[in-house]
Amino acid sequence: MTTIFIPGDSASIAVGADRVAKAIAAELSARKIDATIIRNGSRGAFFLEPMVEVANAGGRIAYGPVKPSDVKALFDAGFLTGGAHRLLLGKPQELPFFARQTRLTFARNGITDPLSLADYEAHGGLAGLRKALAMAPAEIVKTVTDSGLRGRGGAGFPTGIKWNTVMGAVADRKYIVCNADEGDSATFADRMVMEGDPFMLIEGMAIAGIAVGATKGFVYIRSEYPHAVRAMEKAIQLARQAGILGVSVLGSPNAFDMEVRVGAGAYVCGEETSLLNSLEGKRGVVRAKPPLPALQGLFGKPTVVNNVISLASVPVILEKGAQFYKDFGFGRSRGTMPIQLAGNVKNGGLFEAAFGMTLGEIVNDIGGGTLSGRPVKAVQVGGPLGAYFPPSLFDTPFDYEAFAGKDGLIGHAGITVFDDSADMLKQARFAMEFCAIESCGKCTPCRIGSTRGVETLDKVARNIEPEKNIALVTDLCNTMKFGSLCALGGFTPYPVMSAIRHFPDDFRPRALAAAAE
Amino acid sequence: MQAQSTEARTVAVIAEMRGLEGPLLPILHGIQHEFGYVPTESLPIIAEALNLSNAEVHGVATFYHDYRKHPAGRHVLKLCQAEACQSMGSDRIAAQVQAALGIGFHETAKDGSVTLEPVYCLGLCACAPSAMLDGQPIGRVDAETIAEIVAEVRS
Repeated sequence: MTTIFIPGDSASIAVGADRVAKAIAAELSARKIDATIIRNGSRGAFFLEPMVEVANAGGRIAYGPVKPSDVKALFDAGFLTGGAHRLLLGKPQELPFFARQTRLTFARNGITDPLSLADYEAHGGLAGLRKALAMAPAEIVKTVTDSGLRGRGGAGFPTGIKWNTVMGAVADRKYIVCNADEGDSATFADRMVMEGDPFMLIEGMAIAGIAVGATKGFVYIRSEYPHAVRAMEKAIQLARQAGILGVSVLGSPNAFDMEVRVGAGAYVCGEETSLLNSLEGKRGVVRAKPPLPALQGLFGKPTVVNNVISLASVPVILEKGAQFYKDFGFGRSRGTMPIQLAGNVKNGGLFEAAFGMTLGEIVNDIGGGTLSGRPVKAVQVGGPLGAYFPPSLFDTPFDYEAFAGKDGLIGHAGITVFDDSADMLKQARFAMEFCAIESCGKCTPCRIGSTRGVETLDKVARNIEPEKNIALVTDLCNTMKFGSLCALGGFTPYPVMSAIRHFPDDFRPRALAAAAE
Repeated sequence: MQAQSTEARTVAVIAEMRGLEGPLLPILHGIQHEFGYVPTESLPIIAEALNLSNAEVHGVATFYHDYRKHPAGRHVLKLCQAEACQSMGSDRIAAQVQAALGIGFHETAKDGSVTLEPVYCLGLCACAPSAMLDGQPIGRVDAETIAEIVAEVRS
């Protein structure tokens, strides 16, 4: 029997996957063909979505991007048996975009039915958790430490060391909190995991719970992700029914259960301490550290706060061992990173690869340059708090330390590509404006500095004492960087200063810039 | 349901959620789901039930962008204005939508048909510019999509 895979993730739906699914279902029924439709996750090549795959005895064949109006012609061309059509892409794993990837965390995404536990297990799911249940907690923590896994949310703190602190803390309750408040523009890897392979996150959290002695987990998902919220809630319910969550995880003496909590539209809640306040039902105001959340976190109890990708990387580390994971990577950045190519880029999507590729390879070879066909002017790496890189820095290897060395950051590995129509003064102004909109208000440099930053950059744009005002912005950025508790105020200077440093022409008096052209 | 008072409906939402750990955000979400916004009258009832001060509950309800003080239009259209969408001309899209609907951001059309809001990232960054209409994601927004959206919210 034929199985048809049509992605049901929200980005695929955004480009018409639901309408394609409806058209295919209607055509199947009109032609009286018996076939099963599975709404899989996306494999992550969004430039090919909606990408429809047909599975037969010979494997899976992809077609894309499919429009509802193409469906009739696809049936006429015999696409259910791999028939030729202008949208025929061939075997998905052989497409250059996928063939160059190393898929560890995203091994199942786009392949399995996200809410089928049988499918999950058939593709290696739960193997990590089973291994963990046979290990002592300290052994689990050591495996994660030895793998070299660092926090994928942006800070890059070694995950195993964080877990070790929580494991060693003595308390009547401990928590695992998954930070799924993926607010950075250009990032969607967390969303893809939750929509496309939610059991992997549940498995990762259960392993974390067993390792540190926590019995309760929360996934804090941003409200902008309604599809992810629904997928996670459903997956948790199924995992409970199957005995993966509950008083006895897979029949072991370990208890672990979890629930979804939905954010309320505050970017700053992606910062771990404001996220904890939000979970507690408070305003999402940043807390000073210390005390570390690992010792006094949610409701004052020892808490592991990890990003979705960090937790989702744990099952494969447990399954295949620390050394297997560590063998991928570059320098002190071990393992793989799901790089997200976004914005004005030809081949936009998720590209999981070992650390170490250069930024230029990622943007030009993998991304194929801009979608508009114009030259690349700048790429912003790491979301709204990440630096803008010019093509002259494209030899920078994708690695935490290498990016820090160029006054930038990897963050959650989102890359936004801009063509030469971008105005970097406008982008610098937006960074300040965004900080002003989203500041929690706790630190003065962030709360007030961001607004003064917008005003001062507006003066530069209006040609009012530009040199003096750029010096003022530079000084302000220094104050924000060193005088803010969290990354919102502390890192907003990255996009602002990188724009000023690398694109000085955009900050010259407008009349002169125009005259020079 | 409509016959019930704001107080009774608020109390019902609280009763459903108060057993949760850290129940305030889930309660406020529940209230907004029930009423379409968070009525000011609900806040002291929540404060009383959770043994919090009115100021605390007011602070939380006003801290988060999602909680509305007033009812929204029949449709809610969110346009992403974050960097990935900026690189694909989201400000131009926003100007076109605002002109077509005759309202700016954070405004509701006079006929109550639609509320327009900016949003900073929908996670649809590889198919920018993006939007969300009543919870449904829309990618690769162009003039044609805008026309469809406008027709839908006006119908």
